[in-house]
Amino acid sequence: IPMQTYFILSYTQVKIQSPPTPEMATQEVPLNETLAHLKTESETLKSKLEEERAKLHDVELHQVAEKVEGLGQFVMKTRRTLKGHGNKVLCMDWCKDKRRIVSSSQDGKVIVWDAFTTNKEHAVTMPCTWVMACAYAPSGCAVACGGLDNKCSVYPLSLDKNENLAAKKKSVAMHTNYLSACSFTNSDMQILTSSGDGTCALWDVESGQLLQSFHGHAADVLCLDLAPSETGNTFVSGGCDKKANVWDMRSGQCIQSFETHESDINSVRYYPSGDAFASGSDDATCRLYDLRADREVAIYSKDSIIFGVSSVDFSLSGRLLFGGYNDYTINVWDVLKGTRVSILFGHENRVSTLRVSPDGTAFCTGSWDHTLRIWA
Amino acid sequence: MTINTLAKGGCHREQMACFRKMEKVIVAMQDPDMGMKMRNQRLLITVIPHAMTGHDIIAWLTHKYRISEEESLHLGNMLVKYGYIYPLKEPRCLVLRPDESPYRFQVRPLTIYLAKKNIRKQGELMEYEKERYSLLHKRINHTWDFVVMQAREQLRASKQRRKADRIVLECQEQAYWLINRPPPGVNNVLDTGLERPNNFSCRVTLVSDFIIEACRKALGRNRVKSSICLEGFLKYSEQYLNHDPIMQGCLPSNPWISDDTAHWTMNAEIVPVPTRLRVERWSFSFMELLNDAMGRREFMTYLEKEFSAENLYFWQACEDIRHGESSKIVEKVEDIYKNFLAPGAARWVNIDSKTMDKTLEGIKRPHRFVMDDAQMHIYFLMKKDSYPRYLKSDLYKNMLAKAIVPQETKKSVFPFMRRQRHSSPSPAQTATQAAEEEGLAKGAGANSAAGSHF
Repeated sequence: IPMQTYFILSYTQVKIQSPPTPEMATQEVPLNETLAHLKTESETLKSKLEEERAKLHDVELHQVAEKVEGLGQFVMKTRRTLKGHGNKVLCMDWCKDKRRIVSSSQDGKVIVWDAFTTNKEHAVTMPCTWVMACAYAPSGCAVACGGLDNKCSVYPLSLDKNENLAAKKKSVAMHTNYLSACSFTNSDMQILTSSGDGTCALWDVESGQLLQSFHGHAADVLCLDLAPSETGNTFVSGGCDKKANVWDMRSGQCIQSFETHESDINSVRYYPSGDAFASGSDDATCRLYDLRADREVAIYSKDSIIFGVSSVDFSLSGRLLFGGYNDYTINVWDVLKGTRVSILFGHENRVSTLRVSPDGTAFCTGSWDHTLRIWA
Repeated sequence: MTINTLAKGGCHREQMACFRKMEKVIVAMQDPDMGMKMRNQRLLITVIPHAMTGHDIIAWLTHKYRISEEESLHLGNMLVKYGYIYPLKEPRCLVLRPDESPYRFQVRPLTIYLAKKNIRKQGELMEYEKERYSLLHKRINHTWDFVVMQAREQLRASKQRRKADRIVLECQEQAYWLINRPPPGVNNVLDTGLERPNNFSCRVTLVSDFIIEACRKALGRNRVKSSICLEGFLKYSEQYLNHDPIMQGCLPSNPWISDDTAHWTMNAEIVPVPTRLRVERWSFSFMELLNDAMGRREFMTYLEKEFSAENLYFWQACEDIRHGESSKIVEKVEDIYKNFLAPGAARWVNIDSKTMDKTLEGIKRPHRFVMDDAQMHIYFLMKKDSYPRYLKSDLYKNMLAKAIVPQETKKSVFPFMRRQRHSSPSPAQTATQAAEEEGLAKGAGANSAAGSHF
């Protein structure tokens, strides 16, 4: 499939290679010629890049993994079902205490649960519908959420029954299109967001100030994940342009880019060591990209799996990859061998979100069937 | 931003990918050699030609894709739900029954037509679609022609034949309307949520220059051989295998399965005696040690003995700047200078002169990342020097020896009796309490620090 290239709308943005002359100032640049030239150049460079990447690719992951013991029978069941949302659950996140979660839904409701007891502890109604993003603050004292309001707002969690959570709401991020994902960085003080406006951004919670913005996606950005690396300065994002980009949070630069999916990337998640990340896409595949090798190293797919992947996450050791799919199922993959270990049924509509708990004892799924389930 | 609803009869780009795949399955099912064996199916007293049973569908899927029957049933159900196959018995219910119930391929795949109506010109995509559709139509035409031929041949034959056609047509229509106007309570399969606009045409996109620039940069980067990278995954998975509760279980038991929170209590942030697995994990990487509050505390104790604790204090102070409030940056940078960098400072850190000069220069205009270079220098110093020595020290070895290995909780004698699930204090609550306590304590002049307990 020929790679798509991204074209300029306004010809005034075209960079003219030769130095401007007085004649050129009054001359109209023939748009088609310049575009064609740029297209050829970028395509040539892209194939050169693929050649370079291929040179160091001396073995496949499943070959290396032949010496590893296969996984036995896998039994995971729904251990808790959280009922309370009145509409499609779109997003969820775990609290660092390993048992609380926050979830958001299409009708604007954001609920904080103690998933272990299934008790609801807080509930907020957002002024917008389609709350597609929510995140728990590292301290456990606040949650962030947003969606069609194009914003990301932070709600401090108060246990005072009389206090209205919505009153203390703090508007932090402002995009020009829907908010698709949000995540706190290492503290409660900064939030990273991705949006339908094609950008990601880093915000200071206290002041609402934009600290850094990240441009490079050619279409809606749907997901992001922060790297667990030592220097803690990068994150990966995935978008409707089928690209997964790795960014430097300090400079705003895109350091690496991968484009092998055949459709929108709905979810990205780092491998626990930080050396790789997985992605899930509407093309019904999950893929693994190695950052040091700078290439895709595995595809997780099956002919019988037809529906898109909405959400992916790794088990604690990174041996298993869980994928939530639009055909209501969860597929469990052996990351090393590339095989499908198990398929889990239970939800009655698409699985829209999936996260493994901070200590790896379980994972949680949210679905369009209005419920959340904890699996272990 | 519009949320596309069913009423428009539209479908989205995200569905195109899965429609293509479903068509693949249907085409394979209709293959004259390897596909499903069609025959006359009896529906009460009528005989319907060119039909198949639910049971046959499941058997074919199971065999072809090498999956379990449960999965075939699920996949088959999807094909019915999306209208590629429709039931002849109980046409109101778009469900695949794994029995002798008769089904048929939808002659005019509705979803494909719906999709076709809404495809915007997408260049190659259209061509690809055309190919797929013509292939499918060829197959379907083949089947339909056959039916029509049979019908013509046996035209004089009984009302039975016509009745069969009538039943078939009725069922087809039912299926169509069920998909397009699902009754309440039934999932709307054409609902795809929020519309994602086709941005290639309607948004200002990046200049091709960006791509060219990115490619040039990428061409210049250092890459590591696959064989080396991939070995890394094997090593990591192996090392963490015993720590992965989903893979190996956890001791004494997985709280979600046993309803017993002992595992969490034993692994709380600060405990009198940590578990063995936890202490082992500190040896996996320097990050693991620092990320664990107890590990960091132990390491600090070790550094105090070595008279190099200022390194860890410095690193922590730098982290505080990086992740703290913007408003406090200037103040914090000043503190760091006073305590760690100024000549004669109480906790002077040993940084190479080049980094020191750069940092001192940057301090003149403090910003969030001004300490980054110095912080990294000290981090790697600790990692390369103090950390390996700590792991060999008596302090660590004793910790490891003392560490608890919890007993596995045997399954309850009365497994059907559910344990009471205890609630735990919310982090939000403990934080509020801590703040209150601190407020009171400050008033009294004492200093109390309430840790979070979870």
